[in-house]
Amino acid sequence: MAEQPVRQSALGAARATQGPHAAACLRALPAASRFSFRGSPPEAETAGVAFGVPFSLQSCRAHQTEDRAALWLGPDEWLLLAPEDAARAVQAALIRALGERPYALIGIAHRNTALEISGPRATMVLNAGCPLDLHTSRFPVGMCTRTILGKAEIILWRTASEVFHIDVWRTFAPYVWDFLIEARARL
Amino acid sequence: MLLIPCPYCGPRPELEFTYAGEANISRPAEPESLSDEQWAAYLYQRTNPRGMHAERWRHVHGCGRYFNASRDTLSDQFQFSWKPGESPP
Repeated sequence: MAEQPVRQSALGAARATQGPHAAACLRALPAASRFSFRGSPPEAETAGVAFGVPFSLQSCRAHQTEDRAALWLGPDEWLLLAPEDAARAVQAALIRALGERPYALIGIAHRNTALEISGPRATMVLNAGCPLDLHTSRFPVGMCTRTILGKAEIILWRTASEVFHIDVWRTFAPYVWDFLIEARARL
Repeated sequence: MLLIPCPYCGPRPELEFTYAGEANISRPAEPESLSDEQWAAYLYQRTNPRGMHAERWRHVHGCGRYFNASRDTLSDQFQFSWKPGESPP
């Protein structure tokens, strides 16, 4: 009998167990299903209805419900996040809704992993390696974008005024984690 | 750091971009009818102006799109940017 593959955190147990911190807390987010959706706005609109979260047509904005989110990454590109066990359901719903229309839906759950940084000085920690202006007037809650942190490309999404979701390629995740810990220590 | 105006995402730090050369260079429709000099000119000769320069950029660590921008090569000031297929403002 074939053994079931076990998904392991890209960050490992040592990094994922960080205690609370006054300036900024880091935590590894649980595994999720992720899709890259490519298509034109009409297809994105249909896909949003099927996914249950409307895809933002405004640049750099994310929409979310309780357990799903659609992040605008480009004028024809969205990142879809859903619970890990919903992957097949999401795939089936979008295929059914879009039929023969032109689009691309690619599962990237194994490529990316996510972590969260939260706290009153989270923006300062991020700005150690991210050149964006993260003041809430320039980077409001609900804004998301691909950007860079140090030498790694990340997807940065502000889910609350002091909480950021960071989606990153899993091989870059230990680098990003250690970079943020180091930056926090130097505040 | 330069702030480059992406027509999709707004002004963003230059670290997120890659340069993609001079804009508005079209590939000859019939390359086989060109002389070697004409083909070399298409491949390699650029205007290299002192002043305003129309050029292509890619927001590679952002929306991933190519776009056109007008930049002063003396001051590095960006004048404006526009999406491919559109006319400059």
